[in-house]
Amino acid sequence: MSRSRALLPAGLWLPAAAALAQVDGPMGYLFTHGPAADPATRLNWGLMAISVAVTVIIAALVLYASLRRRPPLPPADNGWPPPQPDTGGASWIYIGTAISTVVLLGSTIWTILTLSAVAAPHREPSLTLEVTAHQWWWEVRYRGSRKPDVMITANEIHIPVGEPVHIRLESDDVIHSFWVPKLGGKTDVIPGQTNFAWLQADQRGTYRGQCAEFCGSQHAHMALYVVAQDPPAFNAWLEAQKAEAGTPQAPQAVSGHEVFVSHCSVCHTVRGDSAGAAGRLGPDLTHLMSRSTIAAGRLPNNTGSLHGWVANAQAIKPGTRMPRMDLSPEDLHAVVSYLETLK
Amino acid sequence: MAELVGRPGPLPVGSKGHSASGWWGMWLTILTEASLFAYLLFSYAYLGMQSHGGWVPELPRLRIALPNTVLLVASSLVLYWGESGIKKGKKGRLVAALILTLLMGAVFAGLQGLEWHNKTYGPSADAYASTYFITTGFHLAHVLGGLLMLAALLLWAAMGKFDARRHAAVSIGALYWHFVDAVWLAVFTTFYITPYLVSRHG
Amino acid sequence: MTTTELTREPEIVTASYDSPTAARLEKIWKTDPGLIGWLTSVDHKEVGKRYLVTAFAFLIIGGIEALIMRLQLARPEQHLLSPDQYNHLFTMHGLTMIFLYALPILSGFSNFLFPLLLGSRDMAFPRLNAFSYWVYLASGIFLYLALMHDRTPDAGWFNYTPYSLRQYDPGQGMDIYALGMVLLGISTTVGSVNFVVTLLQMKAPGMSINRIPVIIWGTLTASVGNLFAVPAVSLAFFMLWTDRNFSTHFFDAAHGGHPLLWQHLFWMFGHPWVYAIVLPAMGIVSDGLPIFCRRPLVGYTLVALSTVLTMFIGFGVWVHHMFATGLPPQSLSFFGASSIVIVIPSGVAVFAWIATIFTGRPVYTTAFLFFAGFIFLFTLGGVSGFMTAAVPVDWQLTDTYFVVAHLHYVLLGINFFPVIAGFYVWFPKFTGRMMNERLGKWNFWVMFIGFNLGFFPMHWLGLTGMPRRVYTYPSGMGWDLPNMITSIGSFLFAIGILLFLINVVISLRRGARAGPNPWDGPTLEWSTPSPPPSFNFVVIPSIATRHPLWEQRIGEGEGGSRLQQGMLLDHGKQTISTSALNGEPQAILRMPEDSWSPLLMTLALAALFTGMLYHWWWFTLAAVVASIIVTIAWLWPRASLGQTAGGHHG
Repeated sequence: MSRSRALLPAGLWLPAAAALAQVDGPMGYLFTHGPAADPATRLNWGLMAISVAVTVIIAALVLYASLRRRPPLPPADNGWPPPQPDTGGASWIYIGTAISTVVLLGSTIWTILTLSAVAAPHREPSLTLEVTAHQWWWEVRYRGSRKPDVMITANEIHIPVGEPVHIRLESDDVIHSFWVPKLGGKTDVIPGQTNFAWLQADQRGTYRGQCAEFCGSQHAHMALYVVAQDPPAFNAWLEAQKAEAGTPQAPQAVSGHEVFVSHCSVCHTVRGDSAGAAGRLGPDLTHLMSRSTIAAGRLPNNTGSLHGWVANAQAIKPGTRMPRMDLSPEDLHAVVSYLETLK
Repeated sequence: MAELVGRPGPLPVGSKGHSASGWWGMWLTILTEASLFAYLLFSYAYLGMQSHGGWVPELPRLRIALPNTVLLVASSLVLYWGESGIKKGKKGRLVAALILTLLMGAVFAGLQGLEWHNKTYGPSADAYASTYFITTGFHLAHVLGGLLMLAALLLWAAMGKFDARRHAAVSIGALYWHFVDAVWLAVFTTFYITPYLVSRHG
Repeated sequence: MTTTELTREPEIVTASYDSPTAARLEKIWKTDPGLIGWLTSVDHKEVGKRYLVTAFAFLIIGGIEALIMRLQLARPEQHLLSPDQYNHLFTMHGLTMIFLYALPILSGFSNFLFPLLLGSRDMAFPRLNAFSYWVYLASGIFLYLALMHDRTPDAGWFNYTPYSLRQYDPGQGMDIYALGMVLLGISTTVGSVNFVVTLLQMKAPGMSINRIPVIIWGTLTASVGNLFAVPAVSLAFFMLWTDRNFSTHFFDAAHGGHPLLWQHLFWMFGHPWVYAIVLPAMGIVSDGLPIFCRRPLVGYTLVALSTVLTMFIGFGVWVHHMFATGLPPQSLSFFGASSIVIVIPSGVAVFAWIATIFTGRPVYTTAFLFFAGFIFLFTLGGVSGFMTAAVPVDWQLTDTYFVVAHLHYVLLGINFFPVIAGFYVWFPKFTGRMMNERLGKWNFWVMFIGFNLGFFPMHWLGLTGMPRRVYTYPSGMGWDLPNMITSIGSFLFAIGILLFLINVVISLRRGARAGPNPWDGPTLEWSTPSPPPSFNFVVIPSIATRHPLWEQRIGEGEGGSRLQQGMLLDHGKQTISTSALNGEPQAILRMPEDSWSPLLMTLALAALFTGMLYHWWWFTLAAVVASIIVTIAWLWPRASLGQTAGGHHG
């Protein structure tokens, strides 16, 4: 946050800034955390300052012009002050327009400079991700640099701190928009076209994102999380994610696995699954329990949520592609036990 | 100023020449319809650029389209001849010109239909096909509208409604027909000629 | 009454509104009372009032849709509405306000006022005028009939493809929207043609182009803009309809189409459209504010030029709605720069208004309050637009509530507030009654406070990351309180609108009677009785200045305008046509009687579009034939209109 703090002189403003940063919220971008966003954040503050100033000045001028005292002019017979000749006042237009033009010109130049600063990373990205947007979840693929291995997860992206990350964006269905406000501006995800975005987090943390282009009934519930970790932690995470799922041992998990294969594998993949569960319609569940939320950020990832979601996803996210499962209570408990082994 | 109030001298009464409201109205209608075709041609160009090669399935054959274009342009000349006739009060010339223009326009429409029939693809084949059919389709609709208009003008001319003093409807209708002609030149160039130019330059 | 005279030197007389001459003109021009008269009237004042009432009705419907949404959004994770219900509502709210309210309300003012402002007895195409209203009404009914079949569109008023294609949106709502919009486009187009030709042809003698009121500049600019822009959206909707119904592939990436083609066509229309719905309203301010500052507008020429320049530049900014779609930075820079440049002509108008107040003598009527408040709202809406014009900032702001704040400040601030002001100014002219000033002041303050309370927090919601078009939101984002305030403010604003309606109703019944010029205004409409008689002017006035009713007192023009003496033109429904730039008389125009053609044509078109919707092709063909027959009857050359010199049928 050091760059943003540099905007405001310390001392009196520091507590205000800290308070504001709290109020900024998880999705706010008044304070951002990486070079894909920071130049635009500074520009945003600058333009906001200009905007507030302009609004205040114009409001003051209107009030002053309306209320200022003038020498009295008695009304004519018709009850109205007589109309006055068309003289004077033109200098308002010339001066006002001239000042506006200078400010606008300056803003344009600043904007173009900022655009070139954030349009692309200034270093070669160390990592390229592929994000495929679906109605209403995010599919994330990490391709290995040496081996042709692909790791797939959903709705939660991990990146190393301090490194630019390149993101290829594709859509499986309609237009979505990829947006993690504290790390960068949004880029639409358009079927038939591959768009590119980049992110870089200069601070460890979890950053929330959300789809920002109306995409249907659950557009409101299509969030994602970006977790920025120190490089060693990130590498460990990546290695763990690449591993295939193990075979369940506990009896309930074993019977849950059978339920999974018969009911869920049509849509979901578990890499390394003995029965070859390789459905591609829903998120890859190989390391489901490593994620902090499920259903694209809709619910925290815990036992209760898993039960609720598996039993009746429609009640939680009406219109979602996952149907109501109508499982018996034993099957439900069993399959959730199985899912909880997918760490 | 005494001149302000009046004594403007004798003024024409009704729809005369280029002071007829309908004349201006037709120009504005042409403006908006021309915009429609501009957007159609934009769509062709945009989708073509986005396709990165392979947009046009095969070089369009000019065997029918080129003579058809000449026919349409000629029909405008015939109509112009008729309009200049009625300006001098020659009703017979106007009637003959309208009949001839009507026939030429109908042949154009028929040949356009033949072009469609000869295509090996329909509008739902791909985006190029959709664009081809919608653009030529809108143009054909404008031609058919024009033919109806020419028929109405022919009826009214035969009934003796037009003479040297009043014939605004003829001028207005002719303006529309020339517009339909001009639009065809743009459509023809875009769909039939530019593929040859593009393929020359790779 | 001769029907075959081809030239005439017009008679010049002096006459007043209570003379026998006036009584004779009234007989010539007035619409028959009763149902038939009502259905066939081509009186522009009647058409104008219908536009005003119908547009206001749609405003209220759209407003109720908004209030329901605000109930749902007042608190996080509410379940008052299902996601689908919400999506239908926000779509209908958008299309109702933007298409069925925003332009038609301005058409209402323009239709009523144009001939009165220009010194003419009629619009250039009276039957086309009536037709444009009937088609507007028909398209509104067509779009809302969908409600009864639970098939309203639900892909947003902007319906981006491919979500709006049949694969993702199979209901019939989208088809209704697509066809309804093409039908409405016909109304908009013919209305625009009418306004432009009226301006070119029907100005009073001496009214050169630099003497016309600013609302006419605004409407002229908007109309020319619409003529260029509306075909883009009509085409886009037609293509959407064929993609959905005939498997064409304009927007379908799998077969060579492209989803962004929709966005380009839509916004090539959409951006000029937003200027079409504010420039005439800015003209209302430019004409109304000076009345209550007791001096002419400062910088008339600059304001007129800035109006035209704004629309012109407005054709070069459409990509700013698409900054996040992955276009190359070079093209983004161009459109970002043009979007910032377009602020400059708007600034000219703001400074002109402030200068007019400053150098004038404000009279604090309700209308004045609305005009002054409008300048503040205009500025706020303008600066939030300025912020979104900066491309990298827009990458954060777009598709959040910041844009919702911006669009409501500009649309409500620059269209709705001037419209209400316009009602306070011209209600006496429309109805012959004054509105209640005390209730008006309450009206203003409740609306102004309610509006700002409702929409200002949306800036904060946007900056804290709340996306648009969401039926609900999680708590803990910092969005809860601003949403609650917004919901409360929107209801307060609705109460303000209710106060306005109450004022209208009681004023219609018990308002003080208004004379011709209750505000001592400067322009021609204030020289007629309130409401004006069917023929508008007993004699055609001739004009020497921009302010005929003020000119003597403010020392403008030598010799002056003549209002009581002028051409009589009483050989039937007649008015004068003058040259486009200088206002020199060029012809005597014969105007049509009341006619069935506009209504019949509308019915034929409504049938045509209904047939297309349901794929009843023979029915559609029959409707086409009916349209052709009505068209030929409508355009049949008549001697009574001076379209033919004689012949077998007069």
